[in-house]
Amino acid sequence: MRKRQPKTYARLTHPLVRDSRDEPFRRATWDEALTRAAAGLGAARGAFGMFSCARATNEMNYVAQKFARVVMGTNNVDSCNRTCHAPSVAGLSAAFGSGGGTSSYEEVEHTDLIVMWGSNARFAHPIFFQHVLRGIRNGARMYAVDPRRTSTAEWAESWLGLNVGTDIPMAHAIGREIIHAGLANRAFVERATSGFEEYRQLVEPWTLSLAEKVTGVPAAAIRELAHAYARAERAQLCWTLGITEHHNGTDNVRALINLSLLTGHVGRYGSGLQPLRGQNNVQGGGDMGAIPNRLPGFQDILDPPTRLKFETAWDTVIQPHYGLNLTEMFEAMEERTLRAVYCIGENPAQSEADSEQAVRRLRALDFLVVQDIFLTKTAQLADVVLPATAGWAETDGTTTNSERRVQRVRAAVTPPGEAREDIDIICDLAARLGHDWKYADAEAVWNELRSVSRDHYGMTYERLEEHQGIQWPCPDVARLEPTYLHGRLWESDPADRGRLAPFGLVQHDPPVDLTDEEYPIRLTTGRRLDSYNTGVQSGGFASPLRRGEYVELCPEDAERYGVVVGEEVRVSSRRGTVLAPVWIDTALRPGLAFMTMHFPDEVDTNQLTIEANCPIAGTAEFKASAIRIEKLPAPIQVR
Amino acid sequence: MTVVPLGVPRRLIEFTLDGQEARVPEGSTILDACRAAGKDVPTLCQGDTLTPKNACRVCVVEVEGARTLVPACSRRAEAGMEVRTDTERARHSRKVVLELLASSVDLSTTPGAAEWIKEYEAKPDRFGPDAARVNEEPKVDNDLYVRDYDKCILCYKCVDACGDQWQNTFAISVAGRGFDARIAVEHDAPLTDSACVYCGNCIEVCPTGALSFKSEFDMRAAGTWDESAQTETTTVCAYCGVGCNLTLHVQDNEIVKVTSPHDNPVTHGNLCIKGRFGYQHVQNRD
Repeated sequence: MRKRQPKTYARLTHPLVRDSRDEPFRRATWDEALTRAAAGLGAARGAFGMFSCARATNEMNYVAQKFARVVMGTNNVDSCNRTCHAPSVAGLSAAFGSGGGTSSYEEVEHTDLIVMWGSNARFAHPIFFQHVLRGIRNGARMYAVDPRRTSTAEWAESWLGLNVGTDIPMAHAIGREIIHAGLANRAFVERATSGFEEYRQLVEPWTLSLAEKVTGVPAAAIRELAHAYARAERAQLCWTLGITEHHNGTDNVRALINLSLLTGHVGRYGSGLQPLRGQNNVQGGGDMGAIPNRLPGFQDILDPPTRLKFETAWDTVIQPHYGLNLTEMFEAMEERTLRAVYCIGENPAQSEADSEQAVRRLRALDFLVVQDIFLTKTAQLADVVLPATAGWAETDGTTTNSERRVQRVRAAVTPPGEAREDIDIICDLAARLGHDWKYADAEAVWNELRSVSRDHYGMTYERLEEHQGIQWPCPDVARLEPTYLHGRLWESDPADRGRLAPFGLVQHDPPVDLTDEEYPIRLTTGRRLDSYNTGVQSGGFASPLRRGEYVELCPEDAERYGVVVGEEVRVSSRRGTVLAPVWIDTALRPGLAFMTMHFPDEVDTNQLTIEANCPIAGTAEFKASAIRIEKLPAPIQVR
Repeated sequence: MTVVPLGVPRRLIEFTLDGQEARVPEGSTILDACRAAGKDVPTLCQGDTLTPKNACRVCVVEVEGARTLVPACSRRAEAGMEVRTDTERARHSRKVVLELLASSVDLSTTPGAAEWIKEYEAKPDRFGPDAARVNEEPKVDNDLYVRDYDKCILCYKCVDACGDQWQNTFAISVAGRGFDARIAVEHDAPLTDSACVYCGNCIEVCPTGALSFKSEFDMRAAGTWDESAQTETTTVCAYCGVGCNLTLHVQDNEIVKVTSPHDNPVTHGNLCIKGRFGYQHVQNRD
């Protein structure tokens, strides 16, 4: 085992500024830093973008999107939501009109069947997986669909190890088998859905044998999952980034939702759809309107009465069109139509696919303000750096989790040096740009949000404390709604049933980065148990499990290339090359390699990944790159 | 139809507790009834998130008509039962249990132990200075946990928390039989060679401090651990989207320990390695 010197980041304690990008930073007063920030942003009205933070509180996200919309007059506001679960939100809202997961953790314990699709929750969402284990102990059967035989799959009744990027063929084959076996929930399909006939025709070619050819999963195993899912009294379909981080992520999500519509596994206690969110407040950031197409409360910008409500509340004019999402903002930097960015708590210089391109685009900006708790790689590119507080331990507010539960965040420690709260900084900047907002505290922000969002109206801080968090929707201060969404689909009166849920008519589209003779290995990426994203946050503690970055291969491939554990190899894709030591993992199979994005300072995995984006949600295809492994001429053992 | 299945309605059970009328929902234990009535029954191996193991016998009470004393933590209340918690026989039994435990195990970090020993007039010293002890140095084989088996009372709570009741990792088990039985990690391997995933859920349930966070262990060794100077603030974890509630124990503006509320609907008191230990980045202040 090699020794690692993990890069640890020290907290920012005072503002930093510089006159040009070639100079080093110098310490500045808050007044000077904010004056510069205000001047830089003010000069870029009309060419401005805001990166809000899926790690910070709902209150901060509310104020950040208000800053973009009211002070800067733009809907160009987004967060790292885009790099993970935007397709889930897009897919769910297309089907049901709401972007949240439809059930709750407790229901997983009382369901009969659990499908974990493209999700290694045992590692990435360990405490959610405890609810799954409870469910299994209570008699539920679990199926894992994942190219890797993960530690989640170890608990499954059956593991369906499909080829990367063949989720739609698998889902369509399951759908076809359910229809042909006469197991579709015909009453539900007729009453609550639309487009069934088209869907039936769409999936008709996907026989089990064709699916076996394309996905690599035995037909019998696909058939078994189809029958188990359709016959279960209650079933939960859970997915994570294995579904969303593809160039057609939203289509993947729609394909899974189709199965729930076909069988009626949605809108009932114990039956539902659960996308597991990757950041503490990625759900809340979207709910608060820190996305380019929605106002707070996930209300559509294109809806005139909604706009009018916010224009009255904020005394402003809201642009009647969608803004640019994170991916489009990066493209606009290239075209110079976006020239200034206010980046709060994000590290896109390391988290975006094709990171070299991302850095180049950030450098091309006229003005970049970064507000963070560390001098991240992104902050190192900035003109002004503002030291903030750590949302979860140094501020008051709320965050919203994967089951739509809004919970209180409370300040426990005093922030270092001159670091200030995000809301405080944004308001100060807004005041310098002519908008004097007065918020006594986070609760005042929350109450303003409650007044404009029906789904949050019933959640006072007092009630959040009393119930240990409340799930949205909660329109009433006196009662709680069911723990699941879309019970309306089961109403007998068509008026109560509301808009029918449409089947998604989506086609199989293989990964953009094709494997060939030159790049024969499929690289997929993911998380480990003890590390997190770009590692800025999780690098700070001494985990006995941490071993740094490796390129993980199956034993057969390692033998074929003549490489052993710890041996450094050259890993190349069509975009870049990195050196990484080899690890051997029996959960992989020939032709499939795995890496994480946890240690970009050691091995910048995202130099290999492809920026092939989902056209609907803008999420890049982190999960499927084509690579080549080369043994180095003289093997260097890393010590 | 109700929103959530309510299950079978629970009847109220009526019985007598120390001569007083007690009413509890069917399925409640005698301990639940005692706590509801404000009676202090000592417990060690009982855990609010775990199935009772009946290992320590310190919570025993007398039930009219029963040949032996019964453990309050696991015996369900039954209609018409007559329970006495403070009889001579029950008090004597608790006293002996405390004497046996305190003579063979270091109870210095067990909350409540000193008060119970005083209340039941237990004299652990009466077995002499050579009473059976493990006499072993604390095991410090990683940067997060310390295992001090001198303090272990073999209550099995860590085994259950690591095993099928919560974590399902099965790194902790019992090795040996009879007098040689002891809690071990995979037949006495170092933690770093085991299946351990460092969730800390065993430490969360340990009643004696045999398992502790290294942060707490080091501060105790340095004499700086001061619970009276600590604040406890419950917030939400900053890692994945599950939304686990964390209780940050803070002393001198440093996070020294992280736990989770046992009645929380998301965590039930459990966390993973990131939530439990991933706080250091906040206080890398220079």
